[in-house]
Amino acid sequence: MSVAAFTVPNVTHTLSKDENLREKISIRDLDFFYGDHRALKNINVSLYQGKVTAFIGPSGCGKSTLLRILNRMYDLYPNQRASGHVRLDDEDILLPSQDLNLLRAKVGMVFQKPTPFPMTIFENIAFGIRLYERLSKSEVEDRVKQALERAALWDEVKDKLGANGLSLSGGQQQRLCIARTVAVRPEVILFDEPCSALDPISTAKIEELIDELKDDYSIAIVTHNMQQAARVSDFTAFMYLGELVEFGETTRIFTAPSDRRTQDYITGRFG
Amino acid sequence: MNASSSPLYAKRRRRNVITIALAYGATGFGLSWLVVILAVLLWEGFSGLSLAVFTEMTPPPGSAGGLLNPIAGSLVMTVIAVLIGTPLGILAGTYMAEYGRYDRLTTIVRFINDILLSAPSIVVGLFIYEVMVAQMGHFSGWAGAVSLAVIVVPVVVRTTEDMLVLVPDTLREAAASIGLPRSLMIRRVAYRAARAGMITGVLLAVARISGETAPLLFTALNNQFWSLNLNAPVASLPVVIFQFALSPYRDWQKLAWTGALIITLAVLALSIIARILAAQRKTS
Repeated sequence: MSVAAFTVPNVTHTLSKDENLREKISIRDLDFFYGDHRALKNINVSLYQGKVTAFIGPSGCGKSTLLRILNRMYDLYPNQRASGHVRLDDEDILLPSQDLNLLRAKVGMVFQKPTPFPMTIFENIAFGIRLYERLSKSEVEDRVKQALERAALWDEVKDKLGANGLSLSGGQQQRLCIARTVAVRPEVILFDEPCSALDPISTAKIEELIDELKDDYSIAIVTHNMQQAARVSDFTAFMYLGELVEFGETTRIFTAPSDRRTQDYITGRFG
Repeated sequence: MNASSSPLYAKRRRRNVITIALAYGATGFGLSWLVVILAVLLWEGFSGLSLAVFTEMTPPPGSAGGLLNPIAGSLVMTVIAVLIGTPLGILAGTYMAEYGRYDRLTTIVRFINDILLSAPSIVVGLFIYEVMVAQMGHFSGWAGAVSLAVIVVPVVVRTTEDMLVLVPDTLREAAASIGLPRSLMIRRVAYRAARAGMITGVLLAVARISGETAPLLFTALNNQFWSLNLNAPVASLPVVIFQFALSPYRDWQKLAWTGALIITLAVLALSIIARILAAQRKTS
């Protein structure tokens, strides 16, 4: 395997050349501020079509902050701002003219804690579909079924679609949230520690799901669990104190990290 | 020296016993008056409770009669007050919790709203007297309903804001993450999550205004005949109780007790409904 290395400020990127990679999201010279506090420093990284990228690093290193820039979630709050460039395909999504609702329909997000809406299982999913498409009742029903099948939840809920989404178990709720995200037909899905509130069996199911979903989407996942990052991702980015220390293929990051700090972190010496 | 025989420990125990005794004493003292008030109310009120109370008009002294016109007047003015006050309160509360949560304006509005919340109701009555009764030249049911609405608004603003703030931000983010515009997020997700609490707030506001006398004295005044004409003075239970209880006539005093019992039972029913709704909110 031939390996090409290129360097951008502070970061070593190494990607094998023979892969036919297409950039889905490209992040260049990205800074992020909470008020005066600079939480992200000069981030340069890419998400690729059909690939899973894991963001790892100790608490407070900025990985969730980075994820929340990709769908401009930070815009819900005052005194938070990003500078630099984040391109989704060819659009710079940081431009003030960016329509946030359309962006978020394209870049879906699954959160740390399951967040079903206070409505029925069916409505939880149909709600998002009806938002952007005018469909007949049976078409909506088909789409709900597809989404639930995609999230490996259909068999468990098909007889109780009218039940409240909150009546499901934690793992089921999280898969309901994935179904809800998938139903809107996004292009990118962001997972923000999706398994940290789940038991090992539910976690395994979500990981399987991510593996199945990646063929159709670009996926970014923030996780504290390094085994999880190693299992589900194609690329891994290690972040530390607001900087992107190292980015590369997951196998290389976990076997031959080039930065001392990455090595210390994945061997459990800190964090 | 072991801990239980230490003089410090003994002193702490003595203090503990005294404090607990004082707390029980204060609770018992407060509760006993409440029990006496309710017992007298039940005793005096129940004996006068009959079908005639709900079917006949307020009588002249010495004749038989009921409380139909003040009951109807109170119901109509309360309903109108809620219809005016609830939308205003919910919209203002929604602004404060959702759109303007971090704005300076919200801090100012919240401060003023808290003052309004604890303003003596007689001030509200005088204010509406000035802006409506004095301008129109006569007392009216409308003025009564508006003065009650002024009392409803701050209660609903407060509970709406509090309940919406309790809706977790993660739910708002989840709604935003599928591309839901904020207005839809509020109507379809936040309101739904906060519904029980918001309804409880409206019920509490109803309970609050159903016993208000002062604002009605200056606005709706009273009417001893059957009249639901809101451009004219309208009878209400609190004002009739006030008038009849102060009268020297035994039968009027009796009706005042019965009226007081009716209000108390109505407020009790509302509080129970509010509690049931609040409990549902916790379990859902």
